[in-house]
Amino acid sequence: MPDQFDVVIIGGGPGGYNAAIRAGQLGLTSACIDKRGTFGGTCLNVGCIPSKALLYTSELYDKARVEFPKLGIKTTTELDLPGMMAHKTKVVGELTRGVEFLLKKNKSEAIVGEARIAAPGKVEVKGKDGSVRTLDAKNIVIATGSDVAPLPGVVIDEGMIVSSTGALALKSVPRRLLVVGGGYIGLELGSVWRRLGSEVTVVEFLDRITPGLDNEIAKQFQRILSRQGIKFQLSTKVVGVDKKGGALVVIVEPAAGGTRQTLEADVMLVAIGRIPYTAGLGLDKAGVALDKRGRVITDAHFKTNVPGIWALGDCREGPMLAHKAEDEAVACIENIAGRAGHVNYDAIPAVVYTAPEVASVGKTEEELKAAGIVYKIGKFLFTANPRAKTIAATDGFVKMLADAKTDRVLGVHILGAEAGNLIAEATLAIEFGASSEDIARTSHAHPTLSEAVRQAAMGVEGWTTQM
Amino acid sequence: MSIDIKVPAMGESVTEATVSRWFKKEGDAVARDEPLLELETDKVTVEVPAPADGALQSISVQEGATVQVGTILGAIAEGKTGNASAPASAAKPAAKPVETPKPAPQAAAQALKTDAPVMPSVRRIAEESGLSPAAVNGSGKEGRVLKGDMLAALETRAAQRPAPQPAPVLSGPRPQAEREERVKMSRLRKTIALRLKESQNTAAQLTTFNEVDMSHVMALRAEYKESFEKKHGVRLGFMGFFVKACIAALKELPNVNAEIEGDDIVYKNYYDIGVAVSTERGLIVPVVRDADKLGLAQIEAAITDYGTRARDGKLKLEELQGGTFTISNGGVFGSLMSTPILNSPQSGILGMHKIQPRPIAIDDKVMIRPMMYLALSYDHRLVDGREAVTFLVRVKENLEDPQRLLLDI
Repeated sequence: MPDQFDVVIIGGGPGGYNAAIRAGQLGLTSACIDKRGTFGGTCLNVGCIPSKALLYTSELYDKARVEFPKLGIKTTTELDLPGMMAHKTKVVGELTRGVEFLLKKNKSEAIVGEARIAAPGKVEVKGKDGSVRTLDAKNIVIATGSDVAPLPGVVIDEGMIVSSTGALALKSVPRRLLVVGGGYIGLELGSVWRRLGSEVTVVEFLDRITPGLDNEIAKQFQRILSRQGIKFQLSTKVVGVDKKGGALVVIVEPAAGGTRQTLEADVMLVAIGRIPYTAGLGLDKAGVALDKRGRVITDAHFKTNVPGIWALGDCREGPMLAHKAEDEAVACIENIAGRAGHVNYDAIPAVVYTAPEVASVGKTEEELKAAGIVYKIGKFLFTANPRAKTIAATDGFVKMLADAKTDRVLGVHILGAEAGNLIAEATLAIEFGASSEDIARTSHAHPTLSEAVRQAAMGVEGWTTQM
Repeated sequence: MSIDIKVPAMGESVTEATVSRWFKKEGDAVARDEPLLELETDKVTVEVPAPADGALQSISVQEGATVQVGTILGAIAEGKTGNASAPASAAKPAAKPVETPKPAPQAAAQALKTDAPVMPSVRRIAEESGLSPAAVNGSGKEGRVLKGDMLAALETRAAQRPAPQPAPVLSGPRPQAEREERVKMSRLRKTIALRLKESQNTAAQLTTFNEVDMSHVMALRAEYKESFEKKHGVRLGFMGFFVKACIAALKELPNVNAEIEGDDIVYKNYYDIGVAVSTERGLIVPVVRDADKLGLAQIEAAITDYGTRARDGKLKLEELQGGTFTISNGGVFGSLMSTPILNSPQSGILGMHKIQPRPIAIDDKVMIRPMMYLALSYDHRLVDGREAVTFLVRVKENLEDPQRLLLDI
């Protein structure tokens, strides 16, 4: 019977498709259902990947105009926005087809359609043509991901008022872009359009940007972004928006209450976060318990309260990150296959792909203080790193936090060029319980940016050599 | 097919060895001639290569055990595919070795030999404190010992050590507290101990001293250093001069180059000079053969070569055997004066020392000269005092006036 599967996975994003791949590797039959029509989920279609394509091309454009003259290169630069978008579309197309190939390779049936859990062990899929197919599933994995969080009183039309999805596909460069939300999505997309010529203002409810990041990093990060031309209105909330004469009039007021003020914009990006997406799945009927924030409740093995139904990724608790979903997918399927799958939530990196990048793993200084852990700090500025000098990217620093007693690395926070790649070493160190000394005594190639990580590690015990 | 791994023949006088280290674990893939384990003998370490391609099937003798030539160490499953990396737990104790070492779990030296990779900080702490990571419970991934685990274990160890008491009551045997560490003597150390004591028990040893003004040799060296090195490709050191000076003196005083064997005196009409070299494992004495027939450059080259290979543990057994006279240079460590112990059954050993500028009287004037004390320890059973003193005087004269060597006077 073709419609019987060991695992039926609802959702074809990084959580879902990696679950399908792992299932195939472990000899389980599986189906992976996604309603979008292309696989890869938010990440590949309207998230990580297209945004990185635009971040890359817009950075090159910005560099060509601003940096090249300082480096002895004369050019005339002209923006071809449709060409830039075409690159993005090409990349997304190649990668989504890559996912479909991987599903096929691992003998997982890729099904396009809307899935609903009819009963434990039964999944109904409504195809684009309205036909309904019922799958028998020994295990159901909910990997439906998340959706844009709505802003009360504001309707996203993906025209003038856009979510991240719309902001990745604007037809022209808006003169004024107002970004609601100072998190990584708002800052990345704000950066894209700032580089392409928009005046960008970020309105954030909290008194800081990038909540969750180490304070010291966040402060310096904001300074650098301000220097690049992004304006910030912190401790401010958006209470409404009007359209007037082809422009938007955005009404804001202090977060603590007070006098209202209006801001004009041509496009407004709502990037205040994401919420778990489980609508239409029939979870209430199946009896799957959700928490107050609408997340599927699971135990540490990704089991929900209903036997045979599992959940992973953005639709359950934890940071909404593609690689977190990926790790959970592997662990969840391993558990289903009777193996021991675990995810170490203390060692999941997070990256903001602006220029400079921000990357972090482990605990922030504030978290350590709150937990009463005695720690030591090692810090190293990229201005003292030779490679950073040669590539004219001296903004930022590496900050390493280690237990004062055991020297075990507890958190690493990097603001600087290539931070997203540099954090890998720190993640491995934390995963393996390494001490700052272990990193400090490990050879690092010269001249590389990675030396800054080592120098910061040395700094923890006070033997930084290059500063 | 299973092929035994046996202790190979290691030279005429060597019959037993200690298994110092297995490089492979049971189940590991091995290629023919790939080193499987290291044996430590009285004089050298020998690597035992795999007799065939395949997998290491079994290890029958554990590290630290004493084995004899021909003992079966383990077996290779020929042609079998082995693990690229076997689990760290492998190696179970099997066939009884010739001599079972006492368990010494605290011995850092032993535990550091295990194959499991140790984190850099842990390695440092282990080396500095002598605390073996193997004796510490690891809290890391797969039981890995972390820096914090080591620090905590050190703290525990320190806490267990009783606080210094003003006057410990000395009654009965000392408690075997954690204040001590028991490490098995290496074979080399054991041999050194045995040989030295044997030497002292046999020969009637005493030492005579003299001093030598090194300014002439130093001037000669300074003048010809570059052209010598250019021509011969070796540095012109002092050792060659000393070897030459000694041989000239040995020729004049053959008793110093002889040995007692039973009721006979064996005179040797060849001059094989042992040159003591200090290595990490201990003192060893490679021998420069027929040194009387060698030029200065050949002697220097031989000594340099021995020094390098001694540090790498690559000296062959036969290179350490025999010898008719020994030169020992304590000066490299700064010794001003010492009484070397004879390298049995030889009858003489010259001790070189540090060259130090000292005021001396020359033609009733006080001059500052680079001076070195010379010591000759000798076996008084065979060598008379007059001979010993004359020997040293000849060495002194030859060095203070190197032209004598040329003229053979």
